Amino acid sequence: MDVSHNGFARISLHVNGVERSLTIEPRVSLLDALRDHLGVPGTKKGCNQGACGACTVLVDGERINSCLALAVQYQGRNIVTIEGLAPSGVLHPIQQAFIEHDGFQCGYCTPGQICSAVGMLEEFRSGAPSAVTKNGVPGDLTDAELRERMSGNLCRCGAYVGIREAIHQVYGAMKP
Amino acid sequence: MSVIKKAIETVAHVMPDRDRDKLADQHRFLGQPIDRLDGHSKVTGAAPFSAEYPVDGLFHAALAYSTISRGAIKSIDTSAAERSTGVIKVITHLNAPEMKVPKPISAQGEPSAGATEVRILNTDQISWDGQPVAIVVADTEDRAEYAASLIKVVYAAERGMNSFEEAIPSAKKPKQVLGEDPEVTNGDADKVFSSAKNRVDLKFTTPPYNHNAIEPHAAIAIWHPDEKLTVYDTSQFTAGTANSLVDIFGLKKDSVRLISTYVGGGFGGKGCLWAYNQLAVLAARMTGKPVRLALSREGVFRLVGGRTPSQQRVAIAADDSGHISAFIHEGVTAQSTDNNFPEQFSFPPRHLYAMATYLIGQEVCEVNRVANTFMRAPGESIGTFAVESAMDALSYQLGIDPVELRMRNEPEKDPVSGNEFSGRHMREAYRMGAEKFGWKNRPAAVRSQREGESLIGQGVATGTYPMYRMVSAARVRINADGTALIESSAQEMGMGTATVQTQHAAELLGLPMEKVQFDYGDSTLPWAGVAGGSSQTVSIALAVQQAAEKVLKELLSLVHKDSMSVLKSAGIDNVRMANEGIFRKEQPLVGETYAQILKRAKKDFVAAEHTTGPPMEIMKYSMHSYAAQFCEVRVHEQTGEVRLNRWVGAFDAGRILNPKMAMSQFRGGIIMGIGMALTEETVFDDRTGRIVNPSLAEYHLPVQADVPPIDIVYTDIPDPHTPMGARGIGEIGITGVAAAIANAVYHATGKRVTSLPITLDKLL
Repeated sequence: MDVSHNGFARISLHVNGVERSLTIEPRVSLLDALRDHLGVPGTKKGCNQGACGACTVLVDGERINSCLALAVQYQGRNIVTIEGLAPSGVLHPIQQAFIEHDGFQCGYCTPGQICSAVGMLEEFRSGAPSAVTKNGVPGDLTDAELRERMSGNLCRCGAYVGIREAIHQVYGAMKP
Repeated sequence: MSVIKKAIETVAHVMPDRDRDKLADQHRFLGQPIDRLDGHSKVTGAAPFSAEYPVDGLFHAALAYSTISRGAIKSIDTSAAERSTGVIKVITHLNAPEMKVPKPISAQGEPSAGATEVRILNTDQISWDGQPVAIVVADTEDRAEYAASLIKVVYAAERGMNSFEEAIPSAKKPKQVLGEDPEVTNGDADKVFSSAKNRVDLKFTTPPYNHNAIEPHAAIAIWHPDEKLTVYDTSQFTAGTANSLVDIFGLKKDSVRLISTYVGGGFGGKGCLWAYNQLAVLAARMTGKPVRLALSREGVFRLVGGRTPSQQRVAIAADDSGHISAFIHEGVTAQSTDNNFPEQFSFPPRHLYAMATYLIGQEVCEVNRVANTFMRAPGESIGTFAVESAMDALSYQLGIDPVELRMRNEPEKDPVSGNEFSGRHMREAYRMGAEKFGWKNRPAAVRSQREGESLIGQGVATGTYPMYRMVSAARVRINADGTALIESSAQEMGMGTATVQTQHAAELLGLPMEKVQFDYGDSTLPWAGVAGGSSQTVSIALAVQQAAEKVLKELLSLVHKDSMSVLKSAGIDNVRMANEGIFRKEQPLVGETYAQILKRAKKDFVAAEHTTGPPMEIMKYSMHSYAAQFCEVRVHEQTGEVRLNRWVGAFDAGRILNPKMAMSQFRGGIIMGIGMALTEETVFDDRTGRIVNPSLAEYHLPVQADVPPIDIVYTDIPDPHTPMGARGIGEIGITGVAAAIANAVYHATGKRVTSLPITLDKLL
């Protein structure tokens, strides 16, 4: 990273399969870098303190709150935002299921919910336990497991039931 | 009641009803569970919200807020902020030009959206902790926010009325409550109550709440030559906000274009003009740059009002069979020193039960806090908590099942106005809900069910919310290619406006949905009312229907001039709009398509605009939606933690126009009610008037783990006096919820919690 005399740094971020360079202050969050500097505003800002999950993106396949990440620390990482989930124009199964089950109303928390769901299913498949997992080994994705694992994403419209139905449907279709 | 209102009601009772809307019985698109039309753009992140519009050379504004609740600014030091990197302007009351205070929010006549009378940035006087005292404009948002933190204000502080409880003794009866009398009485309810054998008398408190839509308020302001202005905003009332900006800045009518296509949740919090947009416009004017002002979450708490706290008393007397002999509901809410909104908590009992005598009224006191405003089901949400908790208490005292007690008090006519109900199917809603929930298996005794370390209980409560209809305008245009364009400044914040209006227009005009385009969220389109009072769907639909009738007449005048047309002799009463054109009612195959008519007439389109008349039907009939809310809780015996096991909401809300989206509205309301009942509270420091939990980390919205399975059933019986047979559904969902939970907690534990939220300490 090259920090110039006026406090700006020239960095490069790998976003949705494309290497993007930008000049920002080191204090700029990954969220603001995406929204205000790279013109990818699909990722949302709801609280800017890691409490609502609207800013969830995938970094090397794992979900993070991009408002709590400094952009300069994410060079060389594979960042996927909501805009990158359907690169060929065909919706990701989670996106499609959200529409079918009405897993949103206003749509503001939706990109974060969807990225979070994609990351969560990967975590679950990899065997990562949650606070409600019995004996540390996840069995089936029960409603209790899903609710626990998706509780970091607030939805004020209250689309939680539709979100659950959407994720259950995709999980069911994924099962071997 | 005012003389004018009485006169209008008299007229309403002699005016003929509108014909029953034939669309109430059509099912081609209406009544179908159609996916949201804006779904694709929302799940792909393509939907732009107000802060996200790409604008060249955009500057960013941040606010500094007052840290006292009352007093004056003695001095304000902006020098450090002005020197801070990237800052191009600092604006305070010392250099801001005079702005007019916008008129209070109103959808009647010239629309306006004012939230408070405070002369923001035009005065050294402070009226609430959180009042903006400075704007900083810089080249990036981080730099603007940092510089705002460098502003130093010295105040001459005075002691504000910071505590609701302290203000209550000064409460007064307001002149009116949302156009209604603040107090209604029949007989001597006090006397009947005091001599009754069976009675309950309970006091309730509800705390302040905030809407907390996940999208914080944000606006981008761009001035053009000739004093024209474009504002990208997030608004529940595009017409009122745009028109108020015209007033504030002394502009020519129609010189403001306010665009608000997507709104990231509102719930009442984006209905009024909460000054951030005004201040973005001011900053843009003073810098000559396009400016974005995106509030932080804390900023939303400081600047945007929420739901008032309330203190209520409900006293009910009944005979041994449960019939109510006296009903008393009274109490106090708060408003700020600079607005006028006594929240209508005393409305529910005016319409719910047959009562031999009653005394129902409310008072309001003033506090030095941010102006209170409407939040999902203002009045009915907190009012039903008190009323329905008291009804539950009465049921135990009488030994009558709580559902049965309510059924025994079902009124034949509106108990206060005496008006006929337009459609009331409370019994059916209760029957459906009780069956779905399995209410008959519930043991009557309290504290009689246990599951491990938890006590189990089931509760029920009635919900109610009035039907409103706002004066609204729409334009209908039918094009020569056989497509239609519907236009209205209306708002889509997730209720499903974009989708349901397309369903409606397609059904009305006999077109496939793909051939109908609905344009909205832009103040340059025909003005719709505020998206509030659960009124938008029917308000716009009526305007569309009446505009479409004008279009039909225009099309018929074209065919009447044409000797070739099979419709040559057809009058408006013997044709209908169907199959993409106009066809004879008696001979459905005889007619012409819109495209045929327009092409032959060599016209590109026909169009008409219409503004609806006032809602006389609401003066004549008692029009409400109803809910029967059932839930099961488990309460941990050692910790007092309340969790929900399951929920059934049964609704009587007229015809359901899109079951998929309606389900989300009902569930969303219930979930907001769960937060209201169990976790949410805006905590004010009573010593200073400052909100101490202005964040989503400390203001606890319900999360996935808090929300049980929620089943929804509904009567789906069309209301004969509304467009499409529909009544509003946006707010009915939250009503009755807090009471159902409190009642279930009582059933589980034997403890009646009368103050919200029901936190652990209240059960230990």
